[in-house]
Amino acid sequence: MQLALFWIFSLLTLIFAVGVAFLRNPVSSAMCLVMTFVGLAALFVTLDAYFIGIVQILVYAGAVMVLFLFIIMLLDLRAEKRRSVKISAWVGGGLVIGGFVAALARVVATLPALQVTKPALSNPAVNDVAAIGETLFRNFNLPFQIIGVLLLVATVGVVVLSRKELK
Amino acid sequence: MPTLAHYLIVSGLLFSIGLAAVLLRRNILIIFMGLELMLNAANLSLVSFSRFNLMDGLPNYNAQVFVFFIITVAAAEVAVGLAIIVALFRAKQTTHVEDLETLKF
Repeated sequence: MQLALFWIFSLLTLIFAVGVAFLRNPVSSAMCLVMTFVGLAALFVTLDAYFIGIVQILVYAGAVMVLFLFIIMLLDLRAEKRRSVKISAWVGGGLVIGGFVAALARVVATLPALQVTKPALSNPAVNDVAAIGETLFRNFNLPFQIIGVLLLVATVGVVVLSRKELK
Repeated sequence: MPTLAHYLIVSGLLFSIGLAAVLLRRNILIIFMGLELMLNAANLSLVSFSRFNLMDGLPNYNAQVFVFFIITVAAAEVAVGLAIIVALFRAKQTTHVEDLETLKF
């Protein structure tokens, strides 16, 4: 059952990710990206990371994708015109990606430490939002404050960037 | 039961699809979406390591806090990046990277 769910959601994620990378129309790429994020959230839930799954849906599938679609609408992008394909770029890119996938598959398939199934949780009904919140505010309080400043700076930066004329 | 290797392979494939989008596509928005895919692949491997390396019988929540930080930074990055793309489009009327070669050596 677990394995079946894992395959369903990972195939969903990967198929829609291929759609993101290779569809011509930016709007269909963005919709595929939404489905990729939903599949990833489901994978997080199969890993008992409920909080991360929910945040993935809220932040990525919600906020980030609305921003993407809004910008696509604002720029009025149509499907890309076909331009001459650069063979060198495709060969180089294919080599880099193929090499990466081959190296990764070899390492993952040969390392026995990775062939472990999920160890059982001592208390499956633990409230993981509370646990993450406690870790966040106890052990990672300073990074949390810095993230707050980063978000403020990003907001101010976006406002400055989108003014009528940049001086 | 899926093993850690299953999750790492899915994460690696997702990362390489994102890399393919960055390397092979010419639309700057799609390149940006590829960056998001790569960040999410990293998140997936972090969460799976957190679930497979238990601390006192519970998942390692440090990794999940790290994922939370990555998601926050990615949201800020998307906002700034899209603002830059809009400014770029206003100046050059294009989102095609081959039309933007002022900085090309």
